[in-house]
Amino acid sequence: MPLISKVVCPVCGCCCDDIEVIVENNRIVDVRNACAMGASKFLNYSKHRLKKPLIRRGGELVETSLDEAIKRSAKILAEASYPILYGWSSTSCEAIRVGLELAEEVGGVIDNTSTTCHGPSILAIQDVGLPGCTLGQIRHRADLIIYWGSNPWSAHPRHIERYTALSEGRFQRSIWRRFLLRVYATSIRKKLQRALALAFRRRAPETEEARRGIPYTLTQEERKLIVVDVRRTRSAEIADYFIKVEPNRDYEVLQALRALIRDETLDVDEVAGVPVELLEEVADVMVGCKLGIIFFGVGLTMSDGKLRNIDAAISLTRDLNMYTKFLIMPMRGHFNVTGANVVFTWQTGYPYAVDFSHGYPYYNPGETSVIDILCRGESDAALVVASDPVATFPGEAVRNLVRNPLIVIDPHPSATSLMADVVIPSTFVGIEAEGTTYRMDHVPLPLKKVVEPPDGLLPDEEILKRILREVRRIKRGAG
Amino acid sequence: MKVSLVTGRTIDQGCSKESGKLSPEYMDYAATCELDPEDMKKLKVREGRNVKVTTKFGSVIVKVKKSRREPHPGVVFIPYGPWSNVIVDPKTHGTGMPSLKGIDAHIEPTKEEVLDLKSLLLKYYGGKSAEEG
Repeated sequence: MPLISKVVCPVCGCCCDDIEVIVENNRIVDVRNACAMGASKFLNYSKHRLKKPLIRRGGELVETSLDEAIKRSAKILAEASYPILYGWSSTSCEAIRVGLELAEEVGGVIDNTSTTCHGPSILAIQDVGLPGCTLGQIRHRADLIIYWGSNPWSAHPRHIERYTALSEGRFQRSIWRRFLLRVYATSIRKKLQRALALAFRRRAPETEEARRGIPYTLTQEERKLIVVDVRRTRSAEIADYFIKVEPNRDYEVLQALRALIRDETLDVDEVAGVPVELLEEVADVMVGCKLGIIFFGVGLTMSDGKLRNIDAAISLTRDLNMYTKFLIMPMRGHFNVTGANVVFTWQTGYPYAVDFSHGYPYYNPGETSVIDILCRGESDAALVVASDPVATFPGEAVRNLVRNPLIVIDPHPSATSLMADVVIPSTFVGIEAEGTTYRMDHVPLPLKKVVEPPDGLLPDEEILKRILREVRRIKRGAG
Repeated sequence: MKVSLVTGRTIDQGCSKESGKLSPEYMDYAATCELDPEDMKKLKVREGRNVKVTTKFGSVIVKVKKSRREPHPGVVFIPYGPWSNVIVDPKTHGTGMPSLKGIDAHIEPTKEEVLDLKSLLLKYYGGKSAEEG
C-alpha cells in the first residue's frame, strides 16, 4: 500500500508536517501521527460532501451546472454595490490571492476569519509590536511555557507534544515523567480520600494546595508549564501552575503581574479571584526562567478588554525582557489563518477587514470588519469561501447575512450552505489539491495532494478565477 | 440562576465537525452545556436533561453535560457553533470582534426539545426566502 509521508495537516494552526497517509485505490485508509481532529478530517472528509453545484429556485436548492453556478455568482457580485467576501482561512494562499483580486474588481469588503478570532491581537500588535520566534526555538530552548486563555489540548492537540512542554528539545527535556508522577499522585490521593470517607463516613476536606495543583517538584531544573484560564481545561490538568481567573478580568491579572515584576507590592489579597501569593510565585518563576513564552488564545481576544488584553500581555513580555528573554505568540486557529493575514498584507497593506469600495484599499476594523457591516445591515451580497459564518457569527449578524444573496464555495455542507443561494462545491486543499499554508509562527509550508478529487470538482483557486473572469466580462459588457 | 457563559472549542466538537456539520454527532457535541455539579444540584437537573440558556440577545435549548473539571460554580460552557452563537453578544466595541466569552446569562431547566440544525436555522433565521433563478 502506498504510504505518503511528510504530509502537512490541514486542520489547525499547528500545521503538523509529519503526517503519514496510507492510500489505497484513491481512498485514505489510514493516517499516522495525526491528532484526533487531523485523523478525523483525513478519514472522514469524503463522507459528507457537496458533489454538485446548487442554486436556489423557488425557495429550494436544486442541482445545476458549474457554468450556471459561476455565471449566477458573478452576476450577484457584479451587480452588488457593497458585497462582502468572507472566509479564506481554510484555503490556500493561492486562492486567497485570487479572492483579493475579485474583491478589488467588485469594489467589496474582503475579510478573513481573524476578524472573529485574533483580530484584536493584530490591532494590539500594530500598536506595540510582537517579540516573536519560530516554534522550533520554543521546542529546543524554552524553559517556561505559559498558555493564557488557550486550551491547546482541545484546540491544537499536538502543540504541547510537538513544540512545548511534552516535546523533547535539544536543550530542554519533556515534562512527561513529572506529568505521569502527578497523575499517579493524584489518583493515590483520591483513593486515600475515598478510603477516609468510607472509614469516617464523611468527605475529607480537600487541601487548598491540592486544589490549586501547586507542584511538588518545581525545584528541579526542568521546563515548567503555566495555564491561565477561566475554567479548568484539559490543558490545565497537566500544568505546574493553573491560575483560574474570573471571566472578563484577565486584564487585571496581567497588569498585576507587571506590577509584581517591577517589585511593587499589591495591597490587596486577590486579583480577579487569584490570590496575590500565587501571582507572586508566578512572577518569580517568570523572572527566573532562561527563555519564556506566552501563547495566548482567543480567551483574551473575545473577553472584555479585547485588544487591550493583548496590549497588556505584550507589555508584560516587554517588561520581562528587562530581566530575561521572553517571547509571545498568538495561538492561531485555522490552518491558514496566518496565511490569510500574510497574503492580505502583501496585496493590500492590511491584514484583514479591507474595504475596496472607494477603489483603493481602506482599513478600519470596527467599521470595515464584517461583523460590524452585517450588524449595521450595509452589505447587499456575500461570498463565503471555506467558512461557516452562519454557525460562527452572532445571531444578529447572521440574520442580516442570510438576507443578502449568498454564494458559498465549500467542500462540505454546513449551516451556511443550507442558507445559500448558490453553492459551488470545491476540493479539499491539503487532501485533494496542492497549495501553500502558513503555520502560526509564519513559516510557509506546502500542502500536498494525496488523493484525486471526485470528478467535476475544482480547487477554490480555479473556481474564483472563473468567477473573476465572468465578473470582468459582465463589467466590460456594461461599460 | 445567573451564570457567566463561556464559549469555545472542545476536542469532541472539533473532531465531529470534520465528520460533517450536519451529522448527529456534531449536534450531540455542540448542542450541549457543561455545568458545574453543584450548579446542577441547585438547578435540580441531571446529565442529559435540557436547559434553556437566555442572554440579552436570545435564548437556546441545549443538553446538560456534567463538567469533569470542577469546580467552576457560576460558569457554564457551550462549545462554539450554531447553538451557542444565537445567544452571544454581537457588540464589537469598535474592534470588529464580538464578545463570545464571559456573557451574563440566565439558565433554567426546561422540557423543551433541543432543535436540530435545520430547525434551528428555520426558527432563528426564518429559512431563506424564494430567490429568482
